[in-house]
Amino acid sequence: MPVVDLAKTSLRELNAALQKLGADTNETSWTVLNPSGEHAVAAGVDAPVSITIDGPVGYFCGGMNKHATIVVDGSAGQGVGENMMSGLIHVKGDASQSAGATGRGGLLIVDGNASARCGISMKGIDIVVKGSIGHLSAFMGQSGRMVVFGEAGEALGDSLYEARLYVRGPVAGLGADCIEKAMREEHRAELYRLLEASGEAGTVDVGEFRRYGSARKLYNFNIDNVDAY
Amino acid sequence: MSEKDWIPTTPRKSHTFDDYTLSEIRRAAATGIYDIRGGGSKRKLPNFDDLLLLGASMTRYPLEGYREKCGTDVTLGGRFAKNPLRLSIPITIAGMSFGSLSAQAKEALGRGASLAGTSTTTGDGGMTPEERGQSKYLVYQYLPSRYGMNPDDLRRADAIEIVIGQGAKPGGGGMLLGQKISDRVAEMRTLPKGIDQRSACRHPDWTGADDLEIKIHELREITNWEKPIYLKIGASRPYYDTALAVKSGADVIVLDGMQGGTAATQEVFIEHVGIPLLSAIRPAVQALQDLGMHRKVQLIVSGGIRNGADVAKAMALGADAVAIGTAALVALGDNDPRWEGEYEKLGTTAGAYDDWHEGKDPAGITTQTPELAARLDPVKAGHRLANYLKVMTLEAQTLARACGKSHLHNLEPEDLVALTIEAAAMARVPLAGTEWIPGQRF
Ligand SMILES: Cc1cc2nc3c(=O)[nH]c(=O)nc-3n(C[C@H](O)[C@H](O)[C@H](O)COP(=O)(O)O)c2cc1C
Repeated sequence: MPVVDLAKTSLRELNAALQKLGADTNETSWTVLNPSGEHAVAAGVDAPVSITIDGPVGYFCGGMNKHATIVVDGSAGQGVGENMMSGLIHVKGDASQSAGATGRGGLLIVDGNASARCGISMKGIDIVVKGSIGHLSAFMGQSGRMVVFGEAGEALGDSLYEARLYVRGPVAGLGADCIEKAMREEHRAELYRLLEASGEAGTVDVGEFRRYGSARKLYNFNIDNVDAY
Repeated sequence: MSEKDWIPTTPRKSHTFDDYTLSEIRRAAATGIYDIRGGGSKRKLPNFDDLLLLGASMTRYPLEGYREKCGTDVTLGGRFAKNPLRLSIPITIAGMSFGSLSAQAKEALGRGASLAGTSTTTGDGGMTPEERGQSKYLVYQYLPSRYGMNPDDLRRADAIEIVIGQGAKPGGGGMLLGQKISDRVAEMRTLPKGIDQRSACRHPDWTGADDLEIKIHELREITNWEKPIYLKIGASRPYYDTALAVKSGADVIVLDGMQGGTAATQEVFIEHVGIPLLSAIRPAVQALQDLGMHRKVQLIVSGGIRNGADVAKAMALGADAVAIGTAALVALGDNDPRWEGEYEKLGTTAGAYDDWHEGKDPAGITTQTPELAARLDPVKAGHRLANYLKVMTLEAQTLARACGKSHLHNLEPEDLVALTIEAAAMARVPLAGTEWIPGQRF
């Protein structure tokens, strides 16, 4: 069980070691000490290993992650899990702007709050935020699902494509082409599975969430919709 | 005096309200939507034709045209990358997306570039296997949309180009209209088929040069510090943009002037935003020189490059290499008069066809319609592009030898004069026959 202390080992050495791991490695459990807000910690990993980071990280932690389970025992800076492909990233503190930006798969869990642009341009990732999210979240979200236990800031889901958003608390405002949609049985089931995956099944009531999605009015340019742009 | 005794004045059209302007007002009134088109700026702008090379005479020695070597190779990205690109010629193929172009056209660009020993570039829409397979050196674009972005393709690339902007539309995002969104394009972009795709104008996970520095660091970490990282900017404030690009840690700067082509942009944007390439190179080079980074961070320039003379002049102004988009498409067969009958049916004529966003290209290049795309043979088209690149290189060498230079990189501003006061001011070289460089502070 390798332990890497970033107070003694360089980030480059850590990431190079993690990126070298193959699908069948037996070094499956890593601990990173003293991350001290470094950027790009555990970025570009492509192996089914688990990495626990003991403290706060800077920008782009777990960027482009494939298969790895990354737990941040602290807060995460901008763009945590950006463009992640698969695997799991769990931030035990708060996350800064653009958490899960352009993510294409896997699950991002934030126990605290996430800031502005959470899930911006998401392309298949699932994001569960147990606190609240900031403005312009899920901007141009293409695919994937976002679950928010708390509140959402201004312009939620602006110019949304096919991402589905579930928010329990109040939403300060919906962005262009984002509307509230009916919670049908299939949505309740989907939401329940997401809660299960993030270890919260039964702790929050699926019935308290509202669903938001695209009105699909801006999908093809139409001069009559010009005020929405 | 009879009524017919005098000649009536010639009907006079307004210079301000010329035929094109009038037709555009009518079109806008009829449709209620702005004009979208492909290609670059079509109006007359100061360009490299306004510069001349001086050639050797009594004070300079020329090189023997057929005997003495004139090198053309260029190394890109040695500042931080472990594996810089070593190209045989300083003419690269600019980023053009699969989606805007057919898979065959992308493959042809890769084939042509590889034959010539140079690189080609992906675009907004990800990397196709055809393109990767046929491109010896492939630059992978990292755009605000991040369509198709994934770490495997990132690692398969030979260099990474972070796109901040394009010369055709500095400050604008992209668009690909629904007509061109085939199943394959839709899948690569994770979007439903047939809908318009808007590409954002800002990156989703960083803002400003300080953030960009961290983003570049992340991309280097993911790719083991192997790949050169380019930064592409649309020419608008080239001095400051270049300085910030250097500060952010880029290996290579790609500077695209307002003549630069686009797959689809509003006409008003193409013609009215940004500055011509001729006026952008010297401020960018100045920034590199002020920072002690000229030739250490390479400068690739693009936007309206057509021939070896343009290449030689751009390099004399301080660029390390050029990139071509439109000219490469023409070499493949774009706007070829052989399709005139079909251009006429589309209400246009060969040489003027620019509705690339509609996907009806008779030459089969800017389309996703299988029957049209099948008209382009990627092998033959690739050879045409390679021939054209060879000719451009020979032309540039001819001019460099005449100036006594044993390598294209040895061309310098001192080899140039300007034909017009505007060009003299923009390129910061004297007006021909004078020692006058307008705008210089003494
Ligand atoms: C059909 C087409 C598609 C393009 N797609 C992109 C793109 O995806 N990303 C990008 O940065 N630039 C794109 N460009 C701009 C080119 O990379 C380049 O900046 C420009 O073509 C250079 O000017 P030139 O066409 O006059 O040579 C595109 C240009 C064309 C003509």
